Amino acid sequence: MNSFAPLVSVVQYVLMFIVLGAAIVTVSIGNLFRAAIFLAFTLLGVAGLYFFLHADFIAAMQILIYVGAIMTLVIFAVMLTGKMQDPLVAQSNRQKIPAFIILCGVSAFLIPTILKAPWRTLATPHATTAANLGRALMGEFVFPFEIVSLVLLVALIGAIATARSDE
Amino acid sequence: MDQLFVNLKHSILIFAGNFLPEWAVILISILISVTAIAVFGPVTMMYLTLLERKFVGRIQNRFGPNRVGKWGLLQPLADGVKMLTKEDIVPKGADHFAHFLAPVAIVIPALLVFAVVPFGRNMVAVDLSIGILFFLALSSTTTIWIFVAAWASRNKFSLLGGLRSVAQMVSYEIPMVLSVVPVLMVVGSFSTVAIVEAQSGWNWFVLTPWGLIGFVLFFLTGVAEVNRTPFDLPEGESEIVAGFHTEYSGMKFALFYMAEFMNSFTISAIVSTVYLGGWQGPWLPGWLWLLIKSYALILVMMWFRGTLPRFRVDQLMGFAWKFLLPLALLNIFAAGVWLAFARPVNYLLSAIIVALALFILYFANRPDMPKKRVYRYAVE
Repeated sequence: MNSFAPLVSVVQYVLMFIVLGAAIVTVSIGNLFRAAIFLAFTLLGVAGLYFFLHADFIAAMQILIYVGAIMTLVIFAVMLTGKMQDPLVAQSNRQKIPAFIILCGVSAFLIPTILKAPWRTLATPHATTAANLGRALMGEFVFPFEIVSLVLLVALIGAIATARSDE
Repeated sequence: MDQLFVNLKHSILIFAGNFLPEWAVILISILISVTAIAVFGPVTMMYLTLLERKFVGRIQNRFGPNRVGKWGLLQPLADGVKMLTKEDIVPKGADHFAHFLAPVAIVIPALLVFAVVPFGRNMVAVDLSIGILFFLALSSTTTIWIFVAAWASRNKFSLLGGLRSVAQMVSYEIPMVLSVVPVLMVVGSFSTVAIVEAQSGWNWFVLTPWGLIGFVLFFLTGVAEVNRTPFDLPEGESEIVAGFHTEYSGMKFALFYMAEFMNSFTISAIVSTVYLGGWQGPWLPGWLWLLIKSYALILVMMWFRGTLPRFRVDQLMGFAWKFLLPLALLNIFAAGVWLAFARPVNYLLSAIIVALALFILYFANRPDMPKKRVYRYAVE
């Protein structure tokens, strides 16, 4: 496999460029529906990165949940916004300048932090299997796991209660 | 015979290894698998169209295509030429970019899922540790492209078809994923290869009580996921012209068709892999067994198409949420009981659970008949 290491890292860089490029298009393109499509590509690219980082299970979950379910909901929401029915209507970017200023402020903090942070790296990447994840969720992290399930259950019941017609 | 294709690939690689460096041999090894899939997928699709037309033709007491070539065998090629030379029409108001992207992108997941289908012993393109999950995840992305196609066409019928498709796919995906869970519990792995190996020697999962229910659930939800009759509401031609592909012609339409047929094949192959023992079987070579099982399931799908009318929208959703979903959950319980007890008792117990579940769900889902009307001021 060692003869493949350079090839794999080339693929990883290509994927990163795809993710970044698609993300930039997502926020800068005029049409909201197209922005949603590019968001799907961004999420797919991130799934690809997970895959190359030996986190197969997370990659599959990323596709199943984010691309399969959440993107469908996003597109659904886009369709429900009345003005967007015309593909030529531009997405309103009225607050471009304030957004840019805030972005500069955040990145002035984030970029030095990312560069300075002492990342723990492993010489050999070890795979995160579904079995390990399951054991961790049912053992070490069982409490947060149960809390999250409870929150989801409450959200589900809340959604049903909200959507129910009043007889 | 069993290892025919594996040995073929192996000897090509040894031959190439004589005069090429190591990395080139690895590259060739990858390319052979990729090419095999890229050829097998579309060719399967082409002949599935012919098989479907012939089979439905027989059901309806007619011949089906029989003009081009012997028994119409060249019909798919003629169709291909026709599709390629047909005018490509894009509606004036359409979103051109999305209109072009949807049919192209929808074929990619359909082709990629072939990678995890174990066609025979050692005959899988990549033995992913998340094989089944990879299949489920990729097939769920198809929804987006159907939706994009529907939206980009700027046509009311397309949009209605797209909305139906999303509602249907989101609903049926849940029982579909849950119907595979019992097998994952028993095997303890997502890998398609491991699942087939766990069923060696007639230990097919379909022969257990939970497996039988799981098989039916997985197959039905699979048929719903690929939008085939009786679940083909997104393209119900009597109501909404052709649904999401109303505004597509020529090769773009053919690509939708291709994705649909390749998905029908892969879903049949995956159902056979998960519940029918995959390539396991006596006498014949493994790859032939998988093809026999997959085509048997495909013929059942075509039989559905020839005999069953289309669902109504509320029936479709009710079937998924009120019947399939609780049954899938109870089936997981039955599989857990089957795992927990010893050999003769567990079959009995899980059979009882499954039977009870079916019984209760059947009675809970009976359509409620309107009460007999009593006339106060009139004579009956």
